[in-house]
Amino acid sequence: MDNGLTRALRQLGAQFNSRIWRLGFAARFFLAIMLHSGTSLRRIHLTIREIYFTGVLSLIIILVSGLFVGMVLGLQGYDTLARYGSTEALGVLVALSLVRELGPVVAALLFASRAGSAITAEIGMMKATEQLSAMEMMAVDPIARVVAPRFWGGVISMPLLAALFSAMGVFGGYLVGVQLIGVDEGSFWAQMQASVDFREDILNGVIKSFVFGIIVSWVAVFEGYDAEPTAEGVSGATTRTVVTSSLAILAADFVLTAFMFTGT
Amino acid sequence: MACSVLLESCAVNLTGVPGVNMSQESLVEIRDLNFTYDSRPVLTGINMTIPRGKVVAVMGISGCGKTTTLRLIGGQLKPTSGEVRVGGQVVHELDADGLYALRRRMGMLFQFGALFTDMSVFDNIAFQMREHTDLPEAMIRDLVFMKLHAVGLRGAHSLMPTELSGGMARRVALARAIALDPMLIMYDEPFAGLDPISLSIVGELIRKLTDALGASSIVVTHDVQESLKIVDYVYFVSEGKIVAEGTAEEMKHSTVPYVHQFIWGEADGPVPFQYPARPYGEELMERAAQRG
Repeated sequence: MDNGLTRALRQLGAQFNSRIWRLGFAARFFLAIMLHSGTSLRRIHLTIREIYFTGVLSLIIILVSGLFVGMVLGLQGYDTLARYGSTEALGVLVALSLVRELGPVVAALLFASRAGSAITAEIGMMKATEQLSAMEMMAVDPIARVVAPRFWGGVISMPLLAALFSAMGVFGGYLVGVQLIGVDEGSFWAQMQASVDFREDILNGVIKSFVFGIIVSWVAVFEGYDAEPTAEGVSGATTRTVVTSSLAILAADFVLTAFMFTGT
Repeated sequence: MACSVLLESCAVNLTGVPGVNMSQESLVEIRDLNFTYDSRPVLTGINMTIPRGKVVAVMGISGCGKTTTLRLIGGQLKPTSGEVRVGGQVVHELDADGLYALRRRMGMLFQFGALFTDMSVFDNIAFQMREHTDLPEAMIRDLVFMKLHAVGLRGAHSLMPTELSGGMARRVALARAIALDPMLIMYDEPFAGLDPISLSIVGELIRKLTDALGASSIVVTHDVQESLKIVDYVYFVSEGKIVAEGTAEEMKHSTVPYVHQFIWGEADGPVPFQYPARPYGEELMERAAQRG
């Protein structure tokens, strides 16, 4: 019994140590990315290529999701506002929900599943097929050449995708609220324009999506770089990217929201 | 194969790396090298000398420490004790800049080529030239075509790595390894998984390229027949130790049991057929006794 308990405690301790060590490694990895980011900025075509792969190729899922989320908000919002006789505030409700919360968060979750997993799988496969080792042996640092451009590509893409998600969402809300249900078009846009504050709402939403972009990109490149160089290892790393970044996005969203919108 | 004249003509002389002593007889010297991984000894007391202009093979069964030796020479691993000198420089004492400067003078062919899958054959070979030189694109194009011509794949320049056969991928990787005319070329299992024709082509290319470039080559392999045709000297490694060494001819007639078993592919010998276990008879008797 004692032996069993000791073994269990030892295993728990070892797991805890291993997690702490990995967290430290992830932090040092982040620092290394920052130190090697000069290459990404000097050779901007590397980063632009990654913006295309992570950003442009995620457009379809982001735009379609944004449209449907906006349409659902239009329906749900109208139903709720109708109870209080204030359906003309539908535009405000849709816009604030999207720019403050749903745009950055849902776009980041979609980005993590679409682009984050792809980044992890790509870097993981490069490791498994010794492409990263080959690069090192050619005196080219893989962090500068492979990791940093992908990281910055993700960080730059994320706020742009969140903005497009919100724009499409507002359009979806307009389609359902104004075109389908018949809310007054003038009230829809005028109230939105009057109530949505650039600094309080839009800028804070942009800051959120920028932070989420850092989180998703960091997790994705780290998991790929740290993946076991086997098919199973890469598959596990891809799953971890989606799970870890999704949880981190939701946790960070709470913290950021608490700082940004408390008392407003 | 008429590649040597072409290779000599296209050689870009990049000697003059600071600290690299080019006048020494031996390019690589390994002295009393020990390497331990997770408290398990992988290499013990390794001593090797790789002379300039020679092809040296490191042979042994899978997992005996051959690839680890290459990684120690390339500075991807640090020895537990002992030293590896390349061009007179102790590899593990170099800082990052020094190590990268040294690696620019090395080429490595990985087991399955390790070609960059998002780049065409042309771009794979041009990669190092673009990264490390300021050569104009027109000159890079000429150099890449010369390297590709040397390995017989000039016509495949626009293909992607996924469109190549195993043998072709290995030849492209070979062209990439010699892109900057290295002083040392390392081959990690260059013959693994190749058909007889590709195997013979790759073997011949290793010899010809080494001679044409005046480089030294280290071939890590367990392909006896092909490698003994092209190498000047052989080291046999078993369980992390050098158990025999000599010229290819000496090794063919070696009486060392391990070398004999390895060269003639005998199923049993110093490398046992059976994975370590209790005697089978003893185990059967024990089971019979348990059954009553």
